[in-house]
Amino acid sequence: MRTGLAFWSILKKDMRNYYLKPPNISWGIIFPISWSLMFIMRSATPVDVRELLPGVMALSVLFGTTSMLAVTITFERKSRSFERLLLAPISLNRLMLAKTTGAILFGLVNAFIPVLVVSFLVDLSGVNWVLTVVGVLLIAVTSTFLGLFIAVSVREVFEAQTFSNFFRFPMIFLCGLFIPIDHLPFFMQPFSYLLPLTYGVDLLRFAINKTGYLRLGLSLIVLLGYSIGLFTISVHNIRKKWIY
Amino acid sequence: MGEPKCVYQESRPKDGKCSTKLIKRCQGREKGVTNLPIIEVKDLRKKFGDFEAVRGISFSVKKGEIFGFLGPNGAGKTTTINMLTGLALPTAGEIIIAGQDGIKDIKRVQQLIGIVPDESNLYDEMNGYDNLVFCASLYGMKKARREKRARELLKQFALDDAGNKPFKAYSKGMKRKLTIAAGIIHEPEILFLDEPTTGIDVESARQIRRLITELNAKGTTIFLTTHYIEEAERLCHRIGFITSGEIVKVSSVRALMNEAQQEKTVEFAIERGGGPELGTALLQQFSHITVKQMSPDSIRISAAEEIQLMPFMRFFDECGIVVREAKILRPSLEEVFVKLTGIEISKLKEEKGGGKK
Ligand SMILES: Nc1ncnc2c1ncn2[C@@H]1O[C@H](COP(=O)(O)OP(=O)(O)OP(=O)(O)O)[C@@H](O)[C@H]1O
Ligand SMILES: [Mg+2]
Repeated sequence: MRTGLAFWSILKKDMRNYYLKPPNISWGIIFPISWSLMFIMRSATPVDVRELLPGVMALSVLFGTTSMLAVTITFERKSRSFERLLLAPISLNRLMLAKTTGAILFGLVNAFIPVLVVSFLVDLSGVNWVLTVVGVLLIAVTSTFLGLFIAVSVREVFEAQTFSNFFRFPMIFLCGLFIPIDHLPFFMQPFSYLLPLTYGVDLLRFAINKTGYLRLGLSLIVLLGYSIGLFTISVHNIRKKWIY
Repeated sequence: MGEPKCVYQESRPKDGKCSTKLIKRCQGREKGVTNLPIIEVKDLRKKFGDFEAVRGISFSVKKGEIFGFLGPNGAGKTTTINMLTGLALPTAGEIIIAGQDGIKDIKRVQQLIGIVPDESNLYDEMNGYDNLVFCASLYGMKKARREKRARELLKQFALDDAGNKPFKAYSKGMKRKLTIAAGIIHEPEILFLDEPTTGIDVESARQIRRLITELNAKGTTIFLTTHYIEEAERLCHRIGFITSGEIVKVSSVRALMNEAQQEKTVEFAIERGGGPELGTALLQQFSHITVKQMSPDSIRISAAEEIQLMPFMRFFDECGIVVREAKILRPSLEEVFVKLTGIEISKLKEEKGGGKK
């Protein structure tokens, strides 16, 4: 397929130009390890490392993908090289899938670094790996598409950074990772249930420790819905704003 | 191939009057131009909010020709190219490119066209070779073929030494050349060039013009924009004049040349000035002429038909004015343009920087 070739080339180029650059590789490794250590150290009692794993994985993915995609796309827009892609005979959907697949893969790798670290500390038997991969993938996809949504909304690279944090930090506190959702002030709880990360974390909890609160099917559907929704809105906005 | 078939007269007189030689040389250049329209544009419009940047333009480009869009800054040239290439969506109108709907089927059309934007849009951090290979892959070219093409183009554009340098280390002229190479790597049928020589030095501009003519000689239809009248004249078979979003005239260079030949002008260099009354006297004596006193010792007489010198010589003699020289001049294309289009040449020449010629 002709456009299949273009898809792989874009993906390969992004991997080489952005994701496999040494600073990003080290970020991808150091960041999850720091998160893991932070969680382990802040707890007074010896913690169950397995309990921490879903949260650390989710955060690693969130931080690895959202701003990464928002920044690289904004950067390419500023340097006008993105126009070259818009001018190529490849459909906008396929083009945006190619652009996001790199970030999604980067997120997947980020998520499994903590798993690797933790596997030296505790026994990981009983983990539903298939569901874990599905969960991580869905979190990676939603966070990446959130990055895409941000990229379409900003013009400057620094705005992409700031805007990413605007979404990310509230998400960390509201998704039930630090504070269980039912301990949050009553009026804040609905916001928690609006966040895709809430469902992602719960899905991972279920897959790793069988301790999720929400229904598995619900989480899967919500995450899938967010993925499709964010992608569709973003592509629609790109068509409207960038093919002006 | 090699030198363009119609070469701009480098030795053109300072006042821009054009010589018969240039006109003759232009007549051989229509070889390879067909009558088949490859781009057809009907009543194309583009609005940005309340501002209409392109106001219902219609034109067609024939297969095999070099069509130039000439106009001042802000005329709507880039906006038109963007609509033709799929970067901007027309507010209204029709675009047919190579028989396909240029709006609905733009992705299919994009396979056939090459685009060189006014500013380079390659990847700074990638080297020249990788940039070319990547661009080729966007058009579905197989590995072996795209690598071969990339090497060939680097050689053809005298960039072989720069092939493994990052794009950001290139000079402006090199960047423009590589951007052109990237635009033609997939051997498009139609090439769009937005101000290919703006902002680069004289020698690079010359090389680029030569490349454009060579490409055209090999059969590529070329649509270019420029605000250099000389460039349009030198390169293009036909020129569309655009100003404030409207096309004021589309004409072949040859037709314009012929038009330019219609009006005849003779310039008399005189020894003793006749003053303003000389002009009046001339107008009284000769009908159907216009008179322009260029300086106290030079006067120009223009007429729609051939000017006989003898009656004028006699007239000056009778007035006691010694004529040192009589030169037959033809109006320059610039003058014809101004007359036809109302575009001020000075406005056209307002540059965004950089060299021409
Ligand atoms: N995205 C946009 N939003 C609003 N106005 C625009 C936009 N793009 C172009 N314009 C306006 O449309 C008009 C035509 O612009 P365009 O870039 O097509 O001119 P041009 O002929 O290419 O000029 P130049 O020789 O300077 O490149 C200008 O007045 C410009 O300000
Ligand atoms: Mg322009």
